[in-house]
Amino acid sequence: MIGEHLPIIVILTYCIAALLMPAAGLLHRKAPSILAFASGLAALVFSFMTLWKTVREGAFNYAVGAWPPPVGIELLADPLSAFFLVVINLVSTIVLFHAHFSDGKESGERSISYYACVMLMLGGFSGIVGTADLFNLFVFLEMSALAGYALLGNGSGRAAHSAFRYLILGTIGASFYLLGLGFIYVETGSLNMGDVSLILGDVGMQTTARIGFVFIIIGISLKMALLPLHQWLPDAYTDAPAMSTALIAPIGAKVAVYVLIRLMYDVFPVAPGDWAFPLHTILAIAGAAGIIWGSVMAIPQTNMKRMLAYSSVAQIGYIALGIGLATPFGYIGAVLHVFNHAIMKACLFLFSARLEKTGQGIRIDKLTPATRRRLPVSTACFVLAAISMIGLPPTAGFFSKWYLILGSLESGNGFYVVVILASSLLNAVYFFRIIERIYFGNTDTDALEPVRVRLTRRNLALVTLALSLLLAGLFNVWIVKSLIAPMVPAF
Amino acid sequence: MIEIIESYYAYWVCFLLLTVGLYGILFKQNLLKKVIGLTIFQASVILFFIIIAFKDGGTVPIYNEAFSTKEPLGYINPLPHALMLTAIVVGVATVGVALALLMRIHKAFGTIDESTLWKELRK
Repeated sequence: MIGEHLPIIVILTYCIAALLMPAAGLLHRKAPSILAFASGLAALVFSFMTLWKTVREGAFNYAVGAWPPPVGIELLADPLSAFFLVVINLVSTIVLFHAHFSDGKESGERSISYYACVMLMLGGFSGIVGTADLFNLFVFLEMSALAGYALLGNGSGRAAHSAFRYLILGTIGASFYLLGLGFIYVETGSLNMGDVSLILGDVGMQTTARIGFVFIIIGISLKMALLPLHQWLPDAYTDAPAMSTALIAPIGAKVAVYVLIRLMYDVFPVAPGDWAFPLHTILAIAGAAGIIWGSVMAIPQTNMKRMLAYSSVAQIGYIALGIGLATPFGYIGAVLHVFNHAIMKACLFLFSARLEKTGQGIRIDKLTPATRRRLPVSTACFVLAAISMIGLPPTAGFFSKWYLILGSLESGNGFYVVVILASSLLNAVYFFRIIERIYFGNTDTDALEPVRVRLTRRNLALVTLALSLLLAGLFNVWIVKSLIAPMVPAF
Repeated sequence: MIEIIESYYAYWVCFLLLTVGLYGILFKQNLLKKVIGLTIFQASVILFFIIIAFKDGGTVPIYNEAFSTKEPLGYINPLPHALMLTAIVVGVATVGVALALLMRIHKAFGTIDESTLWKELRK
């Protein structure tokens, strides 16, 4: 019965929760975080239903206000968008669960506005993934970005400064998107994705449409922190409050990745081999450069969050490379890596949040085996996520890199294989630096306390994420075959 | 050449404005001036949409006896205006968040001058 309304219900869940937040704050001190978690859970259920429906019955769309597209705004649920919807809501719900049980200073008195911003941001993310209208996408992009700036800047003065720089760059990116949209509108007279795709398929990509598309790609690349445009990311993620980073880092850039995949493959007819307009090649090269640069920059960092942020730049590079390869395996690798990386990064950043919360600090040179003794379960989860980042089987990270390597071979370009393998080694360098300190560092025997391995509500989120990494690795054939294969376009 | 400038002068002005905005964002040291640059930049994009909707001799898109519904070309396309109304709202919200962050920066460091801020941050 609600089946046909599912695409909008997910977005509305978050928007209504954001509006209810002040009322919840009046009820009880803890009510905002409970409401946030509850609506995350509800949205997760709805997105699973959406995914289920798309897998069983295929893609379906929803005309908002019963205005038929292309006049009205259209929402679209197809395998690609439903998959991203589930990834976004899954990771954010687990992080919100953690946020409720180990509430940091960052919320506290301001928890009403903090969680209202969280809800608006997640609503924006769900909207970006759900919409089939190019201008509507811009509105959701800005809605989530504005809430994101507020969340990232909600800390020290340093955090405010980094968030301000992110705001300037992010707004330039969004304005570039809007400008490009103007060109597309002049060329096609439509804003509906399917309509634009049809019209451009008829008339071909003329100069106007090409200029517009380049503006759009630059704007989206700024939002997703692709290599030459990544400058805002390390500062913003390092200085922000731990919970904001754990919430935004895994999914924030991924949403821009979704937009890129959607526009490159479904909306704009860009041929991969067209040397007059080599967007795919440029994207793949930028991705490869980002992989190496991010991994190299992560090695000398002493702040763990900063190291993870640079690692994010590298992981975005993997995804961009997969999109740019324009082969079925590259596409599968990119989408699978979005899922895997979201879980891994959430796990890693939640661990750094735990470190901050327990007062041990996130300086890598200050980590000792005492850390492991105090947080045995969380540390184990961290190590599992780190192994997955390096890409050792049977963790999930291995499989996405495997598909990316297959894709590189498929495109006949051995250079990218070398890049992926080299960066796996670099990943191993910077993660084993931490693992070595935690497991083999000098032990101060006086400070030894008995290790207590317990599953508490404070590390439950980390354990869930770490286990789902293993599960995603074990069931990766099922994920690829039944969820990702239907969305792969014809190459 | 002159013809190109003449017939597209509105676009030239619009893109000049865009460059002015970008210049302000990139080269001004005062963070408040960066926000002003951002506003100019956004205004130029909004102007761009208004220009593409313009039609020589067109009239407002309200039903007019002179141009019946049989001649839709007599009316100016109202859609870009509606879109830009939304974009203006987005722009206002952006400036609001930017100013709130600026207040926080000023409270923490006592300055909003970028070079001074970097010195403070390196400490």
